[in-house]
Amino acid sequence: MLRLNMILLMIVVIGALGVVTSQHRARKLFQALETEQERARQLDVEYGQLQLEMSTWANHPRIEKIARERLHMVTPSSAVPKGAP
Amino acid sequence: MVVRRRPQRGHRFTESPVLQLALQGWRSRTVGLLLMAAFLALVARGFYLQVINNDFLQQKGDSRYLRDIQISASRGKIVDRNGDMLAVSTPMQTIWAIPADARTMSGEQKRRLAGLLDMKVRDLDGKIASEKTFAFVKRQVSPETADRIATLKFPGVHQEREYRRFYPTGDMTAHIVGFTGVDDKGLEGVELAFQNSLLGRPGSRTVIRDRRGAIVEDVGATKPPRDGKDVRLALDSKIQYLAFSQLKAAVEANKAKAGGAIVVDARTGEILALANWPTYNPNNREHLSGAQLRNRAITDTFEPGSVMKPFTAALALEKGKVRFDTVINCAPGRITIGSATISDAHQHGALTVAEVIQKSSNVGTTKIALGFAPKEMWDMFDSLGFGQAPNLGFPGEVNGRLRPWKNWRPIEQATMSYGHGIAVSLVQLARAYTVFAHDGELMPLSLTKIEDTPPHGARIFSPQTMRELRIMLEMAVQPEGTAPKARVAGYRVGGKTGTAYKIEGGVYARKYIGSFVGIAPISDPRLVVAVMIDEPSGGAHYGGDVAGPAFSQIVGGALRTLGVPPDAPIQVADAGAGKGKL
Repeated sequence: MLRLNMILLMIVVIGALGVVTSQHRARKLFQALETEQERARQLDVEYGQLQLEMSTWANHPRIEKIARERLHMVTPSSAVPKGAP
Repeated sequence: MVVRRRPQRGHRFTESPVLQLALQGWRSRTVGLLLMAAFLALVARGFYLQVINNDFLQQKGDSRYLRDIQISASRGKIVDRNGDMLAVSTPMQTIWAIPADARTMSGEQKRRLAGLLDMKVRDLDGKIASEKTFAFVKRQVSPETADRIATLKFPGVHQEREYRRFYPTGDMTAHIVGFTGVDDKGLEGVELAFQNSLLGRPGSRTVIRDRRGAIVEDVGATKPPRDGKDVRLALDSKIQYLAFSQLKAAVEANKAKAGGAIVVDARTGEILALANWPTYNPNNREHLSGAQLRNRAITDTFEPGSVMKPFTAALALEKGKVRFDTVINCAPGRITIGSATISDAHQHGALTVAEVIQKSSNVGTTKIALGFAPKEMWDMFDSLGFGQAPNLGFPGEVNGRLRPWKNWRPIEQATMSYGHGIAVSLVQLARAYTVFAHDGELMPLSLTKIEDTPPHGARIFSPQTMRELRIMLEMAVQPEGTAPKARVAGYRVGGKTGTAYKIEGGVYARKYIGSFVGIAPISDPRLVVAVMIDEPSGGAHYGGDVAGPAFSQIVGGALRTLGVPPDAPIQVADAGAGKGKL
């Protein structure tokens, strides 16, 4: 009887410790997940900001200005130059 | 209670009968009862706390470790047909303070905080002087600045995330995209028209936080945030830029008050560009005037003038009243109906129907129009969408004005045939011109990109009539027509000029609206472009002179952007430059 009680007590203690550790680990993992999700959000925000930056650099007035002023490009006329086949 | 085990002669000391306790039974029972009562009291208290007063205590407990967290959702983006950003939300930080705590900052800390936020120490002091428990210090602070403030750990200063709307294309697309006010509420343009689908719905979750504020566990149901849906417009930002910059150039060159331009894809009815001048910068909306905010192309009506003539000619051809080459005597450039006289800007002799359109003769058009019953003409205008809002779902769309045919007088019918006595918006004109481009079908216009098969339009005219009309429209941009400046190198285009007097206070003023609406390329129409210049005062005022060149530039650029192959016969430089074909 006594031995059975002792065994049951041991099992209870082991179970209790198991609950505590798994709870602890679950919280650790949960926090890791939280951190990663926060990072994902941050990256998402950064992506949006980079897209915004890209569209600012790539806006048409700026491209035209650079093409015309720095690269001296002109719109070709559709007329075929004299002498072309 | 003490049991005598061995009644013997000799006693051990402890078993001496003298020391025997002779307690009365009631005493032990009393103690027992008292203890019992104490336990009962405990149980009752426990019951009270656990069952009866549970809610209150649970709430107190929850408030110590449970937190409801709002998960913000961002507003949907507005992109053009190729995915270029037109409007995008990006998070900014709001710096707020608990004034009582913030007042403990040292002078040095205040100076640094004020410096980082680009404000005066005096203003900062003002904000944290309040007796409230919450005060905004500055809203919409860039994330970089906010990070620096966070690392410096000012007492009582906190941050919260907020979204701010950016418009990378700025003034170019201001009228079509519109803008939002505080709290993500669309106030103008597409931002208002698509408010419901753009708006995100914030989510929430309940969590347990530990002593350090870290989230330990999710409890209860999490409501996931729903980000707003992106809206993909039909707009092509390249063509939009082209239309906008050419319109601006035309308005400035003609010293005009305002202008509008629309480019429509004739095959699908998608609006590829919609530009207005004057405009504004949606990223900085201080000092805005009503004139800048006005989306003229959609919300303003005007008497269109001669751009309406092709419809009159089309109806006459369709009803078999005239043929393409029926000769109409337009001499001597005047015609009197009742008490009013209609005259031509230039005198013409006998013109064919095609030449009436080419040279834009009011007299010729009037003679054609007087052959119709008023109802026939009204039906045609009505089925072309004049007098009805264009149903784009855009805020501020106007119906224009088309009076009921029952009380038309002959003079009104005559003036309507060349576009006076009827008021339309530029977007209605562009839509009506899709019939010429689409073999007689009126295409419904669309602000958003059409992903699947484009809708079918209602048939108004027969394809044969439209083929003849396209020839007339092309004739109008020939050197003998009213708009040689609207020609485009490499492409065959066609269109009609309009020069209309403006009405001011019910009478015609000596102010004009010059317009040009055209289609291109003629061999297989792809685009409808409408340009309107309001009050040109730089010398020229004819539609062909003020709006024609802008049309030419916009169409040429747009066709090249879309990769439409040139359909005009190849010209050789120098040889016959400026002289067209046909």
